[in-house]
Amino acid sequence: MLTVNGKSYELSVSPWRTLLEVIREDLGLTGTKEGCHLGECGACTVIMDGKTVNSCLVLATEADGKQVTTIEGLADGDKLHPVQQAFVDHGGLQCGFCTPGMIMSAKVLLDEKPDPSKEEIKRAIAGNMCRCTGYTKIIESIKAAAGNVEGK
Amino acid sequence: MAEFSVIGERLPRVDAREKVTGKAKYAADYSFPKPDMLWCKLSRSPYPHARILNIDTSAAERLSGVKAVVTGKDFGGWTWGWMPATRDEPPLAVDKVRYMAEAVAGVAAIDEDTAEEACELIKVDYEELPSVFDPEKAMKDGAPKVHDYVKNNISVEYHWNFGDADKAFAESYIVREDRFKTSRATHGYLEPPAILAYYDPTGYITVWAAKQSPYFHYRHLSACFKLPLSKIRVIQPFIGGGFGGTKNDSLAGDFCAVLLSKLTGRPVKYVESMEEELMTSRRRHSMIVYSKMGAKKDGALTAIHHRVIADGGGYTAVGPLSIYLAGFATTLPYKLPNFKYDAYRVFTNNPIGAAMRGHGITHTRFAAEIQMEMIAEELGIDPVEMRMRNAIDNPKPGTVYETINKVTLKTCGIKEAIRKVAETPIWRDRDRTPVKEGDISWGVGLSGTSYLGGARQMGHQSCAAIVRICEDGTVNLITGATDCGQGSDTVLCMIAAEELGIELKDIDIKRVDTAYTPVDPGSYGSRVTILAGQATQKAAREAKKQLLEAAAKTWQVAPEDIEIRHRKVFVVSDPEKSMPFGKLARIACYSGTGAVILGTGYSSYGVEPLDLTNGIGNGGTSYSFTAQLAKVGVDIETGKITVTNFTIASDCGRLLSPITAEGQIEGGAIQGLGQTLYEDFVMDKGKTLNPSFLDYKMPLSMDVPDIELIDVVTDDPDGPFGAKEASEGSIVSTPPAVVSAIHNATGIWFKELPITPEKVVKALREKAPELVGNGNSP
Repeated sequence: MLTVNGKSYELSVSPWRTLLEVIREDLGLTGTKEGCHLGECGACTVIMDGKTVNSCLVLATEADGKQVTTIEGLADGDKLHPVQQAFVDHGGLQCGFCTPGMIMSAKVLLDEKPDPSKEEIKRAIAGNMCRCTGYTKIIESIKAAAGNVEGK
Repeated sequence: MAEFSVIGERLPRVDAREKVTGKAKYAADYSFPKPDMLWCKLSRSPYPHARILNIDTSAAERLSGVKAVVTGKDFGGWTWGWMPATRDEPPLAVDKVRYMAEAVAGVAAIDEDTAEEACELIKVDYEELPSVFDPEKAMKDGAPKVHDYVKNNISVEYHWNFGDADKAFAESYIVREDRFKTSRATHGYLEPPAILAYYDPTGYITVWAAKQSPYFHYRHLSACFKLPLSKIRVIQPFIGGGFGGTKNDSLAGDFCAVLLSKLTGRPVKYVESMEEELMTSRRRHSMIVYSKMGAKKDGALTAIHHRVIADGGGYTAVGPLSIYLAGFATTLPYKLPNFKYDAYRVFTNNPIGAAMRGHGITHTRFAAEIQMEMIAEELGIDPVEMRMRNAIDNPKPGTVYETINKVTLKTCGIKEAIRKVAETPIWRDRDRTPVKEGDISWGVGLSGTSYLGGARQMGHQSCAAIVRICEDGTVNLITGATDCGQGSDTVLCMIAAEELGIELKDIDIKRVDTAYTPVDPGSYGSRVTILAGQATQKAAREAKKQLLEAAAKTWQVAPEDIEIRHRKVFVVSDPEKSMPFGKLARIACYSGTGAVILGTGYSSYGVEPLDLTNGIGNGGTSYSFTAQLAKVGVDIETGKITVTNFTIASDCGRLLSPITAEGQIEGGAIQGLGQTLYEDFVMDKGKTLNPSFLDYKMPLSMDVPDIELIDVVTDDPDGPFGAKEASEGSIVSTPPAVVSAIHNATGIWFKELPITPEKVVKALREKAPELVGNGNSP
């Protein structure tokens, strides 16, 4: 039993298949991207029980019984999550391929630390590569989102 | 300055919402329902140079789930290339392989795992051939031949001579000769190449492919499969980064997916693994630059002679353009009375050298910048003073500056850019550097560079746009341009909105679909904003003219007396007469002449083909100028270099979308930082030893310095609203600025990129033992 974005799925999956493959292929949630498939680029980052994971390194069976959030699960209908809105407003994306994973890492950071320093932001996204932006506007976006996210 | 409503505003990208919600679909996100769609995988060569004696596909074909297997021969001898004379590359190797991991066969199977398993069952008999990996060795008589018909493995060569460099050297006060070398850097986009292909049995091809220049691919498919262009449909998904090279061209996987679809009658999907991408990508050429530079006693440059040797790898690809670009722009941004250029692009058994952001220019400008500072140092001239003495002045409006090789400038902000960075506290404090704090020696460096915008090439040059006014006042913008992340869709929509007097959200831009969108050269050479921008501007103006004629008829006034601003249409001499834009759209569509309100436009700049042979004339439409400071700390013990600050002053003409332009400048600078300090494919006898992002190190968030941007606004007449390029200037300015700063910190000039900690430690021990030995300030 896999719970993704609040919806439960009962699936039969081969033991070698990754969470990334199941999310993309079986559930059709293609917002989570596959970059390197080796846990190096962070494009496939999702949130599992409150922590970010590279979904290409997690076997689907390991996610059994866990709560998984993907990029599709962040917005509330038409209302974007504050992190998403900040990326839109502050130019925190270009090609958009790293963006879903980057936003998931930023969300977990802000859930844990509502007002992070620049160093803490950099550290939180150190596992998410971006080749387009040079990170500068991503860091600015997360900083801006920090003002608009209610901490837990 | 003219008053704008949309241009210059800090508006969000038009595609931002789709991208932050995960709704944006990239090539690999497209699929056909499961039982129909097949997966393609490729069998690749384990040798860098080998004759193919036989390929036995029978075992692969017998594997359950395999539907078809193709080899090089199935393409009927077709080859392709950038120019008619250089069509030397087959979709799959036929008689021999010329680099490691070159594809030799393709499989279509019911799933990816089966296709992969089948590839392992393909038995290829190879006869290994002597290989050559060093371009300087490959040029020598008797070296192994990569292509049998090519003498000394020279794929392309140019010999240009402007003025009299030899005489100028003889008369110079100082002449330096140095050897520089640039790294095998790659684009590093996170989206691996991917395609979903369907060959309809009635004779047309549809593909969803990750291409930053889809019309190259459209032509390749037409030629390869001998179908008219009207039967080739490339539907553009979102593109996960391009930066030149691989996503400009077509790949073995593309050709195989289409052929396998033709053979099976089923859609075929191919997604390259990142390991395959990093082993075979069309990467930046590694170039050796033998630079000879002369100057007078006062620092005025007298001549440059560059002898360039580029590692071309196994095929020509876009190489003729690469070494053209490495030459023609050497006369920018400093006055140069004599220039000699001898360039050789050389075949080796390495993966193919091709285009990458900063194409060509980044190599030779790096060499020239560093050598100019070396000369300044020898002459005792300050780096700013040296550059200001030689920098090209901004031509007065209406006049043109022409270089010795007839490159023409209508605007040039290099002096202002240098002046502005030199006024910042970081440069003013340079008097106090190098400063040593513990093991770290701090230094500051400077560069002043140029890049072209609105690139030309040999064939089709022009961009086109269609502006279609809908009856509710919304607008469809249709171009052949591709936004591979750089933000051009947003910029083009802003141009259309500005011209029509409406808002950005009123414009909807369509991505490329070659069945409907106008043909376009592609997204390379910083050409989209300038040329697709000009086309969009003209198309919008034409549509607006038709709207104004309808309004004029309604109000019985002259069209020239009507203006549209902020969605409001009004009579200038009688502002009481006004109506919303939407109402005018309806009037024009319903009760005009009966015509559909369509504006069309095409770009008219830069349509003359390049003069590759002689190197005379423009490589672009206009030129950006950049001055950059870098502050670095060099750990004397470990050789690790930390970059803390970049200050970048850019003359990109007028910034149409400041957020987009800033993002481009910042991103280019960080990509440039990577190739300066980290990025290089480590090769061993043709084998890439670091085909992963763990071992091929690109900058991460922790590596990024604080970046301060300074605008130098020139109003270029050859760009929409005065815009020039903003995407590539900073990848050219970053390496010399960082190298100059490392020199300031250590006293050592590094002439080979990347400057890894190993190189730093070794050089410090050899050349600056006093720095290593004691903890005192140098």
